[in-house]
This record gives sequence, C-alpha cells and structure tokens, in this order.
Amino acid sequence: MSTSPRTPRVRARRSPVVLIGERLIEVLIHACGLSAVILVFSIFAFVFREGFTMLGRLDWGQFLGSIEWYPSSHSNVRYGTLALLAGTASVSLGAMTVAVPVGIGAAVFVSEFCSGRLKEVLKIAIEVGAAIPSVVWGFIGLVIVNPLLIDLFDAPMGLNALNGALLLAMMCLPVIISVGEDALKAVPDSYREAAEAMGATRWQMVVRVLLPAARNGLLAAVLLGVGRAIGETMAVLMATGHAVHLPTSPLDSVRTLTATIAAELGETARGSDHYQVLFVIGMMLFAITFVINLLADLIVRGSRR
Amino acid sequence: MMVLLSLIACGPPHQDAAGDKAATAGGSSGGRKMIQVRGSDTMVNIAQAWAEEYRKVEPNVAVAVSGGGSGTGIAALVNGTVDLANSSREMKAEEKEKIKAKFNKDAIEHVVAYDALAVYVHKDNPMTRITKTQLQAIYGESGAANNWSDLGVTIPSCADGSIVRLSRQNNSGTYEFFREWTLGKGDFKLGSRDMQGSKEVVDAVASTPCSIGYSGMGYHTDALRWLPVSTDDAAPAIEPSVATVHDKSYPLSRPLYMTSAGEAEGDAARYLQWIQSDAGQAIVENAGFVPLPAAMRKPAP
Repeated sequence: MSTSPRTPRVRARRSPVVLIGERLIEVLIHACGLSAVILVFSIFAFVFREGFTMLGRLDWGQFLGSIEWYPSSHSNVRYGTLALLAGTASVSLGAMTVAVPVGIGAAVFVSEFCSGRLKEVLKIAIEVGAAIPSVVWGFIGLVIVNPLLIDLFDAPMGLNALNGALLLAMMCLPVIISVGEDALKAVPDSYREAAEAMGATRWQMVVRVLLPAARNGLLAAVLLGVGRAIGETMAVLMATGHAVHLPTSPLDSVRTLTATIAAELGETARGSDHYQVLFVIGMMLFAITFVINLLADLIVRGSRR
Repeated sequence: MMVLLSLIACGPPHQDAAGDKAATAGGSSGGRKMIQVRGSDTMVNIAQAWAEEYRKVEPNVAVAVSGGGSGTGIAALVNGTVDLANSSREMKAEEKEKIKAKFNKDAIEHVVAYDALAVYVHKDNPMTRITKTQLQAIYGESGAANNWSDLGVTIPSCADGSIVRLSRQNNSGTYEFFREWTLGKGDFKLGSRDMQGSKEVVDAVASTPCSIGYSGMGYHTDALRWLPVSTDDAAPAIEPSVATVHDKSYPLSRPLYMTSAGEAEGDAARYLQWIQSDAGQAIVENAGFVPLPAAMRKPAP
C-alpha cells in the first residue's frame, strides 16, 4: 500500500461499477489463460475417450510389430502400424537431416554475419515462410517436386519419402531458424569480445564459442522442428504416395501415422474398431509429440540455468 | 458448408426418427425446400450435375450434395441428416438393420446409373488385355507379380521395371468393389499407392509409365489407356462400353444406388423419379457413366 497522500483520494473516487468491472475483467483474463490448459486437457480426454476401450482389446504385439495394416479386410482384419511408424520416422528423419544443418547455418548467418537491412528482410521472409499453409506445401510437392524427382532420380514415381521430407524440411526451417537465432542472440557479447581478443577468426568464434554456448537453445530449436515434422498431416498426405510399406530407400512411397488418420477417419463408422484404432494412433502421436515437447522444455530450462 | 446447410434445413423433426436431433428429411427454409444427398465420391460429380439441372426443373427445391464415400452417406442416412444416400455398392446387412432399427422401415435402394471400373495403364504400356488372374497376381496379398517382366511385359519408358500399383483409400466404394471382384474375400498386397480420389488415380497413371490403376470408366482421358478385361484366361477380353455394361458382359461394372429410408416421399420421391427419367439419364451419359437401359427408366414426374 502506498502512503502517498494522493492515492487514497483516487481510490475513494472509484465507483462500485468500476470496481466490479475491473473484477470481471480480471476473471475474464484468468479464464482466457486457463482456457488453453482446459482445451489441451479436453482434447486429450476426447481422444482417450474415443479410443480407450480398444486399449485393452488391442493385440499390441501386432499393433507395434507388424506392418500389416488391413483395417477393412473381410477375411482377416489386422491393425499393424509398424510401417506407418516407419513412414513417420523416415519422413521426419529425412526432414531433419536437411533442416538441421541448413536451419542452424541460417540462424548463425542471420544472428552473426548480417546486420541492418538484410537482417530485417531475412527475418520477415522467415516469418512469412512459417505462415504458408501446409496444403500449399502439399500442392508444391504434388506439382513441382514430383516431376522433379522423377527427372533427377529416374524414380518410377515422385510421390515418396524424399518428397515428403523435403517439404517438411521447408516447413520446419522457419521454426528452427527463428528459435536458433534467439538462442544465439542470448549468448552474451562478452563471449564474442573475448574470442576476438584471443585472435580467433569468425569461423573459430562460431564453431568453438557460440555453438557450444548456445547448445541447449539450438537443441530446443531442433526438437521443436521435429515436433512440427511428426505432427504435420496435409503436406505428407499429398506428397508421400500413401503406401503401406517399410521404406528401404528415400525413393520409396510411405504412409505416415497422421496421413492414415486423415485419410480414413472420415469414412469409418463411429465407434467401430477401426475408428477406435485410429484414435489409439492419435494417442500414440500425442505421446510422441508430448515426449518431444517435454524434452525441448527441459533443455530450454537447462539452458537458462 | 454441409454443416451450415444442414443447420438451415433443420425443419420439423422426422416423424419416425425417434429422438433424432438432426432429422432434415422434408425440411424447408422459407419457401425453398431442401433435399440433402450425401455419399459415394464416385457419384459426387454426377450427383452435382443432377442437382444443378434439377434447379431448372423445380426452382423451389434445392438439392445439397456432398461426398465422403458410400459408407459416410449411409451413416448419414442412419443418423437422419440426409434424405438420400449415394452409394456405389450394395448396402451391407448391418447397415440395413440399422435403418430398420432406427426408422422401422426397410432401406430402399434405387438403381440410378451404372458405373464401370476400368483398369488403366500408361500409354507406353504394350498390353492389349488383362485377365483376372493377372490382376490377382498384381494386386493380391499373395500375388507374385511385382515386376512387369513377371507378366512378360516390357515398358520402354519404365526404367526399373517395377509395377507401381495404384489403389484407393481403404474405405472407398471403388476400393471395395475392385477388391471383391478381383480377390473375393482376400486382401490387397501392401505397398500400393493409395490415392484419395478417382481422378487422382487417373492423373497418376497418366504421368507414371510403370503404373497400373483402377478407376471409373467416366474418368478416362486421352492421356492414358484402359485394358479390356477378362474373367478367366480362356474367356474373351471385354472392353468397357455402354453396350457391354448393359448386356452385363463387361465384368467390372456395378449399379449405382440412391438409397432412402423407407419409400422416398414428397420432393425426394419426385427427385428420384426425375433422375430415373430420360431427362436425368441424359446427364448420366454426359458425366461419363452408363445410363439405365430404356426398360428401367421411369416417366418424367
């Protein structure tokens, strides 16, 4: 409480209406804050409710260990997701092998090697890149990358893991670059000054001083990118060829977990086994992204310490 | 859009749909009556063409059409959210039971046109016919053909010689029809590229020399070829055409249905009759499907 002589007078003049209004707004803001938490929990609760009766009945050995995905078979229904998991993993890994070096390199460039106008333009361009809808990326995969891959690699078909990985890399790059740049910016200037004082070249400064110092933040950037890659649906649905198949080469068509849900959920009867298994796949995706986000969070916390 | 339409069309509850909150049959908004139709993706184009043409015939009736697959349409009919379901397959027994349980009426399937699936290959593919046995070898779970050489075929522009199998997502009516005809109760071989629509299959075949795919006869373009089909090695291969579908000699053809819960009434009944009349059937032909033979047509309402 302030003891200044003016404060009590101001307080006295406030009408009850204003006070109630203020209280209401406070409650409203609280509710807005809580709504994010409530939403996430209700989504999880919904996904769990639709799929949980399947959890007990599911043949987990087959679910996780078999590639045989035959949800609508007349003779022998099989729900093996191994090929779908491999599809998600291969596309995400492929995306990361492209996006991590390019993204970190771009972050270093934006943060350390350019300034003024160029930096501003680059930052805006990166932000615009993050805003391109995924269906647009999917379309690019379909009409541009597809014929390109056929020409370049003599592939029988350009809709494959490589196509999906390239698109996902493009989609993760903005995340990796902007979070990575923030991490580099957080390295105190005294490190840079010390490195220069020791006579280090710029390359030596980046590789031996800045990257180790920003290690945790950069790792978080990469993990956020991975999360985006695993959760992405539309672009991979359009670009990967959608084939249930254990990939042995980047030019093989694959099918991802998310694309399977997107393609099949619309036409399954509500409450059927197939419907519930798709929700179990949803839970699996939830678990994977949760673990990745948790890791990213723990690492960011580590880097603040 | 669909949600909006069904909200607008939410008229008085259907008398037989006990406790159903979304019954729209016979619903109206203002002076305009609304018929809701949903189902088979194969039938979306033709259903839309019917709806547009019917506007000119009956300006007071609006027909709202959406796709999603035969199963979706029938599910919507069970839920009472549509008046008619488009279906490219016969109803399953369990679906009929659901209708019976919900409305206490039998589901009635009206044949409105025929669809013939064609087996498509790239222009460079030299094959002149394909047998059921060959299709089983290519598509079946235990089929042995993975390279074109397994069938004794060489495609000049297909460098690695592998068969690129194109299929459909596993709950499309086209997928089920082709699987049933080719493999009976059996399953497809894994690893086929599963396309999301009939047109996607045709587009992919046209641009992929190594590929083979199946899709509606109406989706044929000059950019690719279809193969005459024979049921067994000795039988003659039959080319898909209106005549061969009508005389039932072309094996890969099926009737397309519009299904109602109980005999259709009012606007929906008149709409169905119009579709089965000469005026409605003229549109079938334009859309690349096969119209009903004269004996099965109905007089214009």
